Amino acid sequence: MIQIILILSAVLLSLAILISLFRVAKGPSMPDRVIALDMIGINLISLVAVISLIQETTAFLEVILLLGILAFIGTVAFSKFIEKGVVIERKRD
Amino acid sequence: MTALHLAIIAPFLAAVFVPILYKMFPNIHTGWFVLAVPAVLFAYFLQYLPVTSNKETVMAVLDWVPSLDIHFNAYVDGLGLLFALLITGIGILVVLYSIYYLSKKTEALHTFYTFLLMFMGAMLGVVLSDNMMVLYMFWEITSLSSFLLIAYWYEREKSLYGALKSMLITVLGGFSMLVGFVLLYSITGTFSIQETIALSSEVVSHELFLPAMLTILLGAFTKSAQFPFHIWLPDAMEAPTPVSAYLHSATMVKAGIYLIARLSPVFAVSGEWLWLVAGFGITTLFWGSFSAVRQTDLKSILAFSTVSQLGMILSMLGVGAAALHFDNLDENLYVGATTAAIFHLINHATFKGSLFMMAGIVDHETGTRDIRRLGGLMTVMPITFTIAVIGGFSMAGLPPFNGFLSKEMFFTAMVEFTEFQLFNVDTFGILFPVLAWIASVFTFIYSMMLIFKTFTGKMQPEKLDVKPHEAPFGMLLSPIILVSLVLVFGFFPNILSYTIIEPAMASILPSLLQEGEQFYVDIYFWHGWTPELYMTLGVIGTGVLLYLGMKKWIGVYRLFPEGLSFNRLYDQTIIQGERMSEKVIGWHMTGYIKDYLLYIFSFFTAALLFTLFYKGAFVVNTENVAPISVYELILAGVLIVSVGIVMFTKSRLKAIIGLGVAGYTVALFFVIFRAPDLALTQLIIETVSVALFLLCFYHLPQISKNLESVRFQAGNFIISAAVGLTITLIGIAASSSRLFDSISGFFPEASYEEAGGKNMVNVILVDFRGFDTMLEILVLGIAAVGIFAMIKLRMAGREQL
Repeated sequence: MIQIILILSAVLLSLAILISLFRVAKGPSMPDRVIALDMIGINLISLVAVISLIQETTAFLEVILLLGILAFIGTVAFSKFIEKGVVIERKRD
Repeated sequence: MTALHLAIIAPFLAAVFVPILYKMFPNIHTGWFVLAVPAVLFAYFLQYLPVTSNKETVMAVLDWVPSLDIHFNAYVDGLGLLFALLITGIGILVVLYSIYYLSKKTEALHTFYTFLLMFMGAMLGVVLSDNMMVLYMFWEITSLSSFLLIAYWYEREKSLYGALKSMLITVLGGFSMLVGFVLLYSITGTFSIQETIALSSEVVSHELFLPAMLTILLGAFTKSAQFPFHIWLPDAMEAPTPVSAYLHSATMVKAGIYLIARLSPVFAVSGEWLWLVAGFGITTLFWGSFSAVRQTDLKSILAFSTVSQLGMILSMLGVGAAALHFDNLDENLYVGATTAAIFHLINHATFKGSLFMMAGIVDHETGTRDIRRLGGLMTVMPITFTIAVIGGFSMAGLPPFNGFLSKEMFFTAMVEFTEFQLFNVDTFGILFPVLAWIASVFTFIYSMMLIFKTFTGKMQPEKLDVKPHEAPFGMLLSPIILVSLVLVFGFFPNILSYTIIEPAMASILPSLLQEGEQFYVDIYFWHGWTPELYMTLGVIGTGVLLYLGMKKWIGVYRLFPEGLSFNRLYDQTIIQGERMSEKVIGWHMTGYIKDYLLYIFSFFTAALLFTLFYKGAFVVNTENVAPISVYELILAGVLIVSVGIVMFTKSRLKAIIGLGVAGYTVALFFVIFRAPDLALTQLIIETVSVALFLLCFYHLPQISKNLESVRFQAGNFIISAAVGLTITLIGIAASSSRLFDSISGFFPEASYEEAGGKNMVNVILVDFRGFDTMLEILVLGIAAVGIFAMIKLRMAGREQL
């Protein structure tokens, strides 16, 4: 029973990623796409967690943490890029 | 290392000291030191005369590369000794002549004598080597040193042209000869010439016999300036006259003849050999003598005359091969042709050497070699005139000089050849005496031109740069010695017959001799009223008439258009070859990376697909395939869509985001396929590289954020589809046909028991296969340093680091 639920939720999460991907492809503006990428990241976190349950392993917990950080950093970097055109600013004298 | 080996390489050793002596003794002409080398060697080789005339041979063994069957084995028999004596003997005279010919003040004597000694050693090596590879090596050194000597006055354009031409043609032949030697080796399994001769019956019946023969003959023909490869010889006349006299009349051009004579015992039984050697020889004889008459430069006349005389020797060698088809030595008519060939070889070296030296003297004393500007030198240069008359008459084949004797023997051989019954000689064989006779008429004409246009008639001092006078005695000494040899061999030819000619014949036709037998050689003037004598009388009569009426028929030569000459063919081959290669390179080396990638990928797919299906390696086996769940399918869809975004988007930023999605999805696949370390690394690397792409994107100059969508090009599409298909097919085929289990079963247990770690991947990375990791760290280090250097070092505008 639990297996079926887990697989079902994995399918649903994959579908969510697919739908977010549609936003990446379509998204009229660049921020739409960046938000969609962020959402893919968050969905990945959930999906990795579900897959860990399916595979009955704790090996992927680091992946979840890392994804959390990276999705954040990535979104910040993109946002800064869209806003200022640079990711890392030079030192101001 | 025996004395014989030392004798062969002595000139090379001496060449080392030439520049030193040149620097140390600037007041003494370097030639005097060099003179000692051929003199000593000549004396040394004379000692072998009694040995070879007793039918004994000397083989001196020295291993060089024994694992490849390459031994520096020196072999002295009649033929080798004849050539060795020619090389060293004429070497003495040429060095002596060059001492007076080349000025100590204006010429770079050290280079001249270094090259000349190199040549001399190489030539000795060619004629005294028993091993074909060693022979080939010396053969190429003769080509090289000849190249250097022709271009001795390297500031002249014509010297360089002639040197390059002779180099290209002789090296082409040399290379072909190497192929022939290797073919012979694959037949017999030995590089030794004497062993090959012993196995000749095996060679003749082998299927590689003909290719080996043709390639070796090509080498011999190019070296000996046979038709149509004779074109390099007239252009080689840009060399200093001693060089022309030595290399291009007496020694190097006879290397091909030596090779043909040396390998006669191997090949000569076949009809092809007979026809090719005799046919090319007679054609060259005719064409050379015919072309010589139209020349106006003394050395050009002599060059073409050399070509024609070499053809004559070669045709006699070819006809001499007919002797192998008869057993009875006493009634064997065709042996005479070989006798004649060797006798003429010696005669030609004597009179042609003297004539070249004569031309050099005329050039030296008058400043020109053009017969249209010369004339009337007889009274001013009586000794030179005498030399010219003796040499010229001998070349024309007039009694009582040695040329007459060999020409008579030549006619005899040609007339008898028509009666030869084998190999269809009775059909076209009649051409041989006819061509020989016509060629002799032309030979007569140009010999007379050489003598009388230079020395008789009216002197035209206004056309000459200097006031002509007789040459110094030292310069005359060598040609005088040579013409006295012409006379000696003319009057007493039989001093040569059993000392030199007969042993040489025994080397060329060994199978004809039984134990204790020897060839019967007797050369004499008076044959009786034979056809040959009438032919000679005809030659003289027709020749005199044609020479006197030359103005009336010289227009014949204008019938031959310049555009059809072999020189033209050679020039056009070079020019068109360069043009073609330029075109081909310009056509495929476009400078666009796109094109090169296209070549790489199309070759890659073509080769792999061909191999895959030609070898029948493509199989599909679904036994070990795991089940696929729905979310995996959906994620695969995500991957495909994100890649599609990257391919078809119009915005660069969108492409970068698409790449990021693809990378994250791949990380997820690592999760699904249980690879946590990979997933972690992939996530970080993907994030960093997306950030780097953004960086690049920001720094792209002058490019808007939106770009034209990638243009569709059918060729690119086909290639990329083919690459994808190939990889997919290979992947399927590879996973479907596992030949054995993987070794991964070893690691799970061993990683804890032997390495003390539970993370198998990490244990493999740092313990079992730590070496790879170390080098990958190095790669990263290099990349980091490289990036730093590229950013920090701004070299633009500066010449060097």
